Amino acid sequence: MATADDLKFQEFDDAANLLAANPDATTISIDEPVEVPKNQHSHLQEPGREEDDELLGTDDSDKTEVLDRIKGSVFPVPGKNFVRLYIRSNPDLYGPFWICATLVFTIAVSGNLSNFFIHLGKPTYHYVPEFRKVSIAATTIYAYAWLVPLALWGFLMWRNSKVMNIVSYSFLEIVCVYGYSLFVYIPTAILWIIPQKVVRWVLMVFSLCLSGSVLVMTFWPAVRDDNRRVAVATVATILLLHALLAVGCLAYFFDAPELDISAPIIPAPIIPAHNGTTVITKSH
Amino acid sequence: MAAAEGSGAGGTLFPGLADVSISQDIPVEGEITVPVGSHSPDEDFSTLDEPVKDTIMRDLKAVGKKFVHVMYPRKSSALLRDWDLWGPLVLCVSLALMLQGGSADSKDDGGPQFAEVFVIIWFGAVVITLNSKLLGGTISFFQSLCVLGYCVMPLTVAMLVCRLVLLAGAGTVSFIIRLIVVGAMFAWSTLASTAFLADSQPPNRKALVVYPIFLFYFVISWMILTFTPQ
Repeated sequence: MATADDLKFQEFDDAANLLAANPDATTISIDEPVEVPKNQHSHLQEPGREEDDELLGTDDSDKTEVLDRIKGSVFPVPGKNFVRLYIRSNPDLYGPFWICATLVFTIAVSGNLSNFFIHLGKPTYHYVPEFRKVSIAATTIYAYAWLVPLALWGFLMWRNSKVMNIVSYSFLEIVCVYGYSLFVYIPTAILWIIPQKVVRWVLMVFSLCLSGSVLVMTFWPAVRDDNRRVAVATVATILLLHALLAVGCLAYFFDAPELDISAPIIPAPIIPAHNGTTVITKSH
Repeated sequence: MAAAEGSGAGGTLFPGLADVSISQDIPVEGEITVPVGSHSPDEDFSTLDEPVKDTIMRDLKAVGKKFVHVMYPRKSSALLRDWDLWGPLVLCVSLALMLQGGSADSKDDGGPQFAEVFVIIWFGAVVITLNSKLLGGTISFFQSLCVLGYCVMPLTVAMLVCRLVLLAGAGTVSFIIRLIVVGAMFAWSTLASTAFLADSQPPNRKALVVYPIFLFYFVISWMILTFTPQ
């Protein structure tokens, strides 16, 4: 005979959180549209602004929330999903857009500065602002931050139609994750001004680990239930593209620091070759 | 009254008023005035008829007044109320022209082209305006463009000073002078535009609106600082 407690309506937590306690259980979650709570502050809002607010969430999407999301991308907690923890069905476009813009200009400016410092002492060096690289940086980074999430979202939708997946993300959430994961490259780009190869590569690996781990922890639960090979291939592709972006930026925007900047170039004596041409060899 | 309906063979509808009679001779008195809307000066004479010099001078005075407002950024609403884009256009074109003639020895790695400066300033201003509107700002689209454009004026002055300093020489001392001048003008631009734009935002989003403005003027300052003549 059922007791009164058994008949009481029980609140069930989100399916993903249930699974965290018992990963092998199977549950089915029915997505219901999350209601965006209207403004809790007292200022008046024009009726036309609701659509705009949905892009940015509620009034809570203010400075503290953006900063919290940035912190979550720089200090990823192992096991915690960035989307579940910080975004919570409330993706905003402010962070991704302005982080990408900042990254574009940071890379261009840092690259320019680092080239300037590397070539500073040489008499033949004439400083150029290299403004073309800004447009190239902008194209690359915005394409990465928007086209790769589009492809990933399409791929996840396709796999979702074949395999019942517990965790699925909307396109804006994926864009949000990618945007915030790029944040750690901003201080990295500034530190790449240091003209030491070892330092640069250490920085690269470090930032790749941080932002890569955010992406992996986000997308592994989404593909985990799929065929093992497909899941591993997906995550490997995500990481590969991320690494390609970092390596490409380092190689293209930052000139290689020469091994020995301070050693003067000693011109060797001209060695007359046998057929009459002169060969000049340089040693450094 | 209800009882009266049943009685009365004549069937008058308003028996209580039967005793009232109006004399036909009472004159109707009074005044009827239609309130006339306040005349704006333009309605007395159409602006089509005024001499061209007056039209131009009026617009020029408005533009000049806005320049003064940018130089001394108090919180005044004149800049916001009567927006115009002449000032920003003049500033943008003169800044882009002054950024030409830089190191153009190699076609790829040079300073910004004219079109690039133009696009950065206008597209950047549009993006910042959209951003502040999406964040719930109360300022209108063109007002925001107007403010952002006029606040480029300190940076244009900085560009002028930089070119004059570069005429004197291109060494380290001139670089330090240019750095100080550009830095000061960048701070002035950012503070002036923030003074006008940040007030139209709800308080918890002010920082989110100020940062893009900071980035925008930083990019323009970078273009000015890295200008090197041939």
